[in-house]
Amino acid sequence: MNPTAGQSRHSNRFWLAANAFGATLRRDLVVTRRELAQFLVQALIQPMFFLLIFCKILPSIGLTAGNFAALLLPGIVGLTELMAAIQGITLPLVLDLGFAREIDDRLLAPMPVWLVAVEKVLFASMRGMVAGAVIFPAAWLVLGSRYTVRGDRIGELICMIVLAAFAGAGIGLVIGTVVKPEQISLMFAVILTPLLFTGCTYYPWSALSTVRWFQVITLFNPLTYAAEGLRNAMVPALNGHTMPTLPLPWVLIGLIATLGLCLAFGVRTFRARVVS
Amino acid sequence: MSHEPAAIQVRDLVKRYEKANFNAVDGVTFSVRPGEIFGLLGPNGAGKTTTIGVLTTAVLPTAGTAAIMGFDVARDPIGIKQRIAVVPQQSNLDRSLRVKEILTFHAAYHGVPRHEREARADALLDELGLGDRKHERVNRYSGGMSQRLMIARALMHEPDVLFLDEPTNNLDPQSRLFLWDRIRALNAKGLTILLTTHDMNEADQLCARIAIMDKGRILVDDTAAELKKMIPGGNAVELRVSLPCPEDGARVLEALRALAGVSKVDELDAGAAPAPEDDPNVVTYRLYAEAAPALVGPATQAGLVAGAQVRDLHVKQPSLEDVFIYLTGRHLR
Repeated sequence: MNPTAGQSRHSNRFWLAANAFGATLRRDLVVTRRELAQFLVQALIQPMFFLLIFCKILPSIGLTAGNFAALLLPGIVGLTELMAAIQGITLPLVLDLGFAREIDDRLLAPMPVWLVAVEKVLFASMRGMVAGAVIFPAAWLVLGSRYTVRGDRIGELICMIVLAAFAGAGIGLVIGTVVKPEQISLMFAVILTPLLFTGCTYYPWSALSTVRWFQVITLFNPLTYAAEGLRNAMVPALNGHTMPTLPLPWVLIGLIATLGLCLAFGVRTFRARVVS
Repeated sequence: MSHEPAAIQVRDLVKRYEKANFNAVDGVTFSVRPGEIFGLLGPNGAGKTTTIGVLTTAVLPTAGTAAIMGFDVARDPIGIKQRIAVVPQQSNLDRSLRVKEILTFHAAYHGVPRHEREARADALLDELGLGDRKHERVNRYSGGMSQRLMIARALMHEPDVLFLDEPTNNLDPQSRLFLWDRIRALNAKGLTILLTTHDMNEADQLCARIAIMDKGRILVDDTAAELKKMIPGGNAVELRVSLPCPEDGARVLEALRALAGVSKVDELDAGAAPAPEDDPNVVTYRLYAEAAPALVGPATQAGLVAGAQVRDLHVKQPSLEDVFIYLTGRHLR
């Protein structure tokens, strides 16, 4: 045994775990910084096409109203955030837990196993936030004069961007620990597609009052709360008339509950996958 | 006898996986002294990897206890992770990082200060012959290089105990010899090593002590030399002679049986002889005795007396495989 090895060791478990957590997060950030361009392209391509077609092309040929952009943009921000956060955690986890096992190195770091899962969630939500934030300048470029975002609710907007990203990362943790590698394509069809279409991305929740059953269904989709919260923070008053959204307290409850439940369940399934 | 605590202490360890109807590890007890290389030898499915899993906090024990350097694996996983390092069977290297970063990040997870981890990584990469390829990605690495890199990674946080799970499985002979050398060198510096293998030669080459595992149990646990003594007649001399004519065989046999200390002499079938020959006059005898090496002289004499020419004579070394077969009635693989 190296006689000095034991002496230089920290005995404070809290310090050890906090340090390992920080180093793990740094590792993820270093890797992401190297593929930043790839990450941004991946995050932006789809939303940019959505905005181009639905907010620029369709209004020009008279198929949607010109102010649709104001409604759609928050939905697109929410969707992009959720997807970026989910992708930031789900695919790596499915592959890692399935066969790559690259995560073993961090599981053997001196921190509790649940903290490894929490780090993944934090990192994925950071990806989600960045993806959500870069939509704004990109949308401004694509939409030009149709870009209308109210500027008096910046605090609320930041809060919504953060919460939506965390909720997405939580969902990603659950999916990533439940899905097996051979089920990846099934996952996209069965989980992500319904998430995409029932989340009030393309329509405001209040407008669904005429289709009550569908309005109820949308409440089971966390994306609904993200999109409605972002609408509340972003859509300006039109002709002195504010657009009704899902009440803010419900938005907060929806997003926080999603994160809480996903974390509680996801950390358990994560543990079960890595400690047998 | 000193009362230094065992590096690894396992008592009555049982592991039954969920939905399994048998115990993967079924009441295993052993201890490893600090600075020892201890081997778990057994066929696939014997419970070796599960045992390592418990010791490395990846598997929760169903019953029994396991401790490393006095720290209980179930109660203090963080304390355990600080003191151990694991080299798995298959590469789990972080492919998003460059080679040297794999080492420095590993050390960072373990709280090694920056200047120290940089210096340590450079030194270890040089020591393991990877110094000139440290800025590459691992996807360009061969199996042997990946294995060496995983060993370098394991040493970055200066563990007390190193776990090697089938360390040279699937490696070419050259990489294998290199790794054996490195493993011996690490042990010489005082590192405690527990390795699993289904390769008896590897266990024989490296391990100070070997536990033979089968079906979740440890059958025996001793030095290789002691294990080999378990086989009755494991100590033997094999004598190959060329007879003037086949009828002389009976006289040679008689002379050999008359030697002092010989418990039994077998005339081996042509097929069982070490190097079968076409010549019907060449016969191989196996002499069993407690002190076989002492028979080398007398056996040669006896052969000559009977008018035969000695072609070959050697003391037969029983292998660990023979021990395993003796204990289980089955081959290792």
